[in-house]
Amino acid sequence: MTIPPRWGRLARRARRDTGFLITGVPLHLALVPVWAWGATTTARTGNWALALPVSLALVLSSVPVLTVAQRCRYRALLGVDIRRSAPVPQRRSPTTALRWLSSPRAWRQVGYHLLLGPLVALSELMVLVAAAVGLAGATGYGWVWTLPLGVRRDWFGWATLMPCYTVLGLILLSLLPWLAGVVARAESRSVAALLGPSRADRLRERVAYLAGSRTDLIEAVDAERRRIERDLHDGTQQRLVSLAVNLGLAMATRPDLPGEAHEVLAEAHLEAKAAIAELNDLVRGLHPAVLEDRGLDAALSGLAARVPLPVRLRVELPERAAPAVESVAYFVISEALANVTKHAGASRVEVTVRRVGTVLRVNVTDDGLGGADPSGGTGLSGLAKRVGSVDGIFRLSSPVGGPTTVTVELPCAR
Amino acid sequence: MRAVIAEDSVLLRVGLVKVLEMGGFQVVAEVGDAEALLAAVEEHQPELALVDVRMPPTFTDEGVRAAAVIRRGRPRTAVVLLSQYVEERYAADLLATNTSGVGYLLKQRVADVQDFAAAVRRVAEGGTALDPQVVAQLLLRRGDPLVALTPREREVLALMAEGRSNAGIAEALTVSESAVAKHINNIFAKLDLPVAEADHRRVLAVLRFLGASRG
Repeated sequence: MTIPPRWGRLARRARRDTGFLITGVPLHLALVPVWAWGATTTARTGNWALALPVSLALVLSSVPVLTVAQRCRYRALLGVDIRRSAPVPQRRSPTTALRWLSSPRAWRQVGYHLLLGPLVALSELMVLVAAAVGLAGATGYGWVWTLPLGVRRDWFGWATLMPCYTVLGLILLSLLPWLAGVVARAESRSVAALLGPSRADRLRERVAYLAGSRTDLIEAVDAERRRIERDLHDGTQQRLVSLAVNLGLAMATRPDLPGEAHEVLAEAHLEAKAAIAELNDLVRGLHPAVLEDRGLDAALSGLAARVPLPVRLRVELPERAAPAVESVAYFVISEALANVTKHAGASRVEVTVRRVGTVLRVNVTDDGLGGADPSGGTGLSGLAKRVGSVDGIFRLSSPVGGPTTVTVELPCAR
Repeated sequence: MRAVIAEDSVLLRVGLVKVLEMGGFQVVAEVGDAEALLAAVEEHQPELALVDVRMPPTFTDEGVRAAAVIRRGRPRTAVVLLSQYVEERYAADLLATNTSGVGYLLKQRVADVQDFAAAVRRVAEGGTALDPQVVAQLLLRRGDPLVALTPREREVLALMAEGRSNAGIAEALTVSESAVAKHINNIFAKLDLPVAEADHRRVLAVLRFLGASRG
């Protein structure tokens, strides 16, 4: 005869749950004698000053041990890891103990072991008792036969009662896996809630993780911009310059070419130079080498000088900011100046970069038409997003008729 | 005149050799990084070194630093820096030691081969050649006194800084030479500079003025 796999699975799960519940009982009842002793001693002697502190100390010192024991039990019997709510301290000392005592997680653990524990033990015991009763009932008919004949003969009711016991026992036994599962699940949930990290802990962890991964992402984006800048500089830009130089050489060394050919050559020469200038403008906005090398102040001169308007540039930085901050500030000013040139109809621009406390404040003001709308173009909303990526603040003031001021504040505490 | 070229892009190096040869130079060495450049300058003692700013290993300002070493160690070797972008900070470094026999030009200027060859020759003879974009950046930095200059005077100042003569400026702006001379006198008056005689001394005065403004 073969057992169907479904039954095998059920039996394995019931066995596992039963083992799990059995081991739970002593752990959940461990603190009961402690506080029971404290309570009865206080009641008997009327002197709470001795028994209460002792039982409290016993409770507090056994809570971490019980928590560890529960962790082991879950790992060994259910294969479940209860996540720690805080990293294990490097070494144990009175200070770490005090810190533990003052943390909410300590009191959640105390609450679990002291208050919830007995209730859990009770439900575990109920399941175990149900199992014992069910087993006894189901096999009761067989046990009767072990009784001496005389006793059996005197007990009239057994022949009608025993089959009922057997049926009830079998029903109870068949309900047992379900019952054990319910109790085990409820217990796991309360353990995860009280012995594992709290919601605040989990959120804090998540925030730390997200902040870290965002920093990584920003660094990756910066690295990517640098790589693209380098690739274009080493590849396409050199090729274009070389092309323009060769065209220039052709024109210089062959002045005897027929007029038309010379014209075509001159046209190509101009085109090549225009392509170089366009590509230069694009690449200069990515991540100039001078930014890395000499900092924001130096990089901004080159940027400002390319703007076809008078630019007043004031940079007051006592020391260099973090690379990510420099990069964002450079990008913001580069985009803001591009916007001014394209849309503002301004006659002059003022750029100031200043360190105020732990904040790098960037101001770009033009005397143009105003009425700039961040939701309209992609430029300004892109700026706001880039600033937000380093927890910066982006403000735009652009009344119709001008002036337009872009203010950006970037945190740069190092 | 003999020249050394330091440029890590092989493609462009070929073009530079042709342009220099066309300009009457004899290219005695072509190298790809700053270390090899310094060695080549030691070995050949050329009249000119044409140097790319970004070279291995860090691709930032190797050329600028090598130029400073050459200018200090071998003042007879003129240095022209070439770069995809010009940076006033690098120009300030270059001009800090000596303002004669130095040049700083955008790479795209090489495409105008005759102008470029002339500028390089001027530097090799002890003159100066600054890219208009460097001058624009230096003017931007200079701030206050230059506010007094008219746009035309700024143009003239920029062309002066490039190392052009009065005739060259007049040609570039399509005005008469006497008009240029008048502008230049106005500039000197506004910048409170004594009027000097020789062409390049005048430029150097302007450059010194611009350079001195940098902290």
